Amino acid sequence: MSRFILRRLLQSAVVLLGVTLVVFLLLQLVPGDPVRVALGTRFDPQTYEALRSRAGLDRPLLTQYLSYVGNALTGDLGVSFRSGQPVTTIVLERLPATLSLALTAVLIAVLIALPLGVLAAVRNGSALDHAARVFSQFGVSVPDFWMGIMGILLFAGVLGWLPPSGYVALTDDPAGWLSHVLLPAATIGLVTASILTRFIRSSVLEVLSADHVRTAEAKGLRGRVVVLRHVLRNALIPVVTVVAVQLASLLGGVIVVEVLFAWPGIGRLTYDAVQARDYPVLQGAVLLVAALFLVMNLLVDILYARLDPRIRVR
Amino acid sequence: MTAEPVLAVEDLTVTLGTRRGPARAVAGVDWSVAPGRTLALVGESGSGKTMSVLAATGLAPRTARVTGRVRLLGEDLTALPPQRRRVLRGRHVGFVFQDPSTSLNPVLTVGRQVTEAAEEHLGLTRRQARDRAVELLELVGIPSAARRVDEYPHQFSGGMRQRVVIAMALACDPALLIADEPTTALDVTTQAQIVELVAGLQERMGTAVVWITHDLGVVAGVADTVAVMYGGRIVEHGPVDDVFAAPGHPYTRALLAARPRPGHRDADLPAIQGSPPSPLDLPAGCAFWPRCPVRGDARCEHELPPLTEVGPAHRVRTFYPSPPTGEDR
Repeated sequence: MSRFILRRLLQSAVVLLGVTLVVFLLLQLVPGDPVRVALGTRFDPQTYEALRSRAGLDRPLLTQYLSYVGNALTGDLGVSFRSGQPVTTIVLERLPATLSLALTAVLIAVLIALPLGVLAAVRNGSALDHAARVFSQFGVSVPDFWMGIMGILLFAGVLGWLPPSGYVALTDDPAGWLSHVLLPAATIGLVTASILTRFIRSSVLEVLSADHVRTAEAKGLRGRVVVLRHVLRNALIPVVTVVAVQLASLLGGVIVVEVLFAWPGIGRLTYDAVQARDYPVLQGAVLLVAALFLVMNLLVDILYARLDPRIRVR
Repeated sequence: MTAEPVLAVEDLTVTLGTRRGPARAVAGVDWSVAPGRTLALVGESGSGKTMSVLAATGLAPRTARVTGRVRLLGEDLTALPPQRRRVLRGRHVGFVFQDPSTSLNPVLTVGRQVTEAAEEHLGLTRRQARDRAVELLELVGIPSAARRVDEYPHQFSGGMRQRVVIAMALACDPALLIADEPTTALDVTTQAQIVELVAGLQERMGTAVVWITHDLGVVAGVADTVAVMYGGRIVEHGPVDDVFAAPGHPYTRALLAARPRPGHRDADLPAIQGSPPSPLDLPAGCAFWPRCPVRGDARCEHELPPLTEVGPAHRVRTFYPSPPTGEDR
């Protein structure tokens, strides 16, 4: 197991290196000059050149890239063009906000989708099944920003139960964090739940018709035991992947929702960095998201091996 | 058959709701199996043999409509609420299904699966269940059972998996064992071992067995009584020796003639022409009529032949039973 993890970590490092290269080259293709943007109306050629050489932008591309990677290995992702702060600090500052939003959203999604998907499958064709289908159709087709706006109007405007936007750190004030996270998390969670419900339903349906479920029924086990012990365990193996992919993409930041709710997460950071052509920050954010993705994938593989004894980890 | 039967089925019909209308999978079937005896249900795929057993024990698919009377150890299953039926089935009936590679749960250890029913119905604790699992695995001839009890199905070979399934079926000391083509998915040498194992266990434990098969060789070896099914009905029913010696129904004769025997090459075997009737559209008369070599008259086409006695406890559903000389053997 530990050899497996070690090997996967090494593979991940290679992938990350590839990510840095791609991001670095892509940003060269983006039109617009960051230093020019940063100077704005205070532009004069001398300051411009001085700033460019301070940022190393006048050096050859290869040199720029190699020094970027070299510094990245020591945890130095450069400094923001805009604020002059270290990128590592900026990016890591945003991590808790995104992490807490993404995890809460996925938690909400699983809490809705798991019972709904399982019941819809077990009572295939019932009113509940149809209700579940309508729910997931709704969640998939309604855009998240609209759902977010409606949530704000209803819960913050009409009812006044929750703040319309903003962020409080979980460590500073758990109750305040909760009241702020609920609306954005529910907005994302509903969309994710719609996708998950469908997936769980079809996965459970498939296992329900498996021979070994008939064996379990032949043993005269209670219906609940058959579903929980024999159906769910098998049906959830593929669901784990979907949940993990959803979580990973949420960790990349949900730009629209983060902007809508003024949530200072990675998505918001990426958005601002693009606006300001703040390349170092953008690179740092993308790198972090890629790293999170790789970690999630590794966790899923480990979890898979635990859930399915047929998968041998070598 | 003097003793009270373990399982008796009377006028059982099973209608499956399909997209193309109701399909009559089982069309009025009677059979029973006495303690310690073996009934073989024989027929082609789709003849209703498996469905009749599943329906009798309450395992028919949810879309199926089942009518008739089913008595398990004297209790009328059809009159019982599903909960009670479930408990009776789990406690007194063991099942061995066709394909051991799919009938075991891949994510539970074999030990857990073998004694799950005993935990449920006999109130065994987890610890007792584990000991019982080892005991059962030894009983069915799995080497180093104490170690293998914690392994998963994929770590067993096909034959060993079927042994696990048999151990599982025996967990509650059932009065009845239902073996649904338990050797079909196995290779030939393993088939013989599994047949021998079940026969031996039956003798030791006095279990009644319903053996569903299309292999007449197995029938001759293990069964006391045989019921030949065709198109959802029993076409011949009787003591296995009588049926083999003097098959009364043209279908049974054709089946027996199609049996490979030493000295014959496969190419010599006479096949039955045509295919079985669709359960969506069962003919009014004899279901075998379109394929029948005897091919009687209009009566066969339009009128269902009754089951008629041709010997002691030997009944045949045809207007043209062969003279009991066994000329086709």
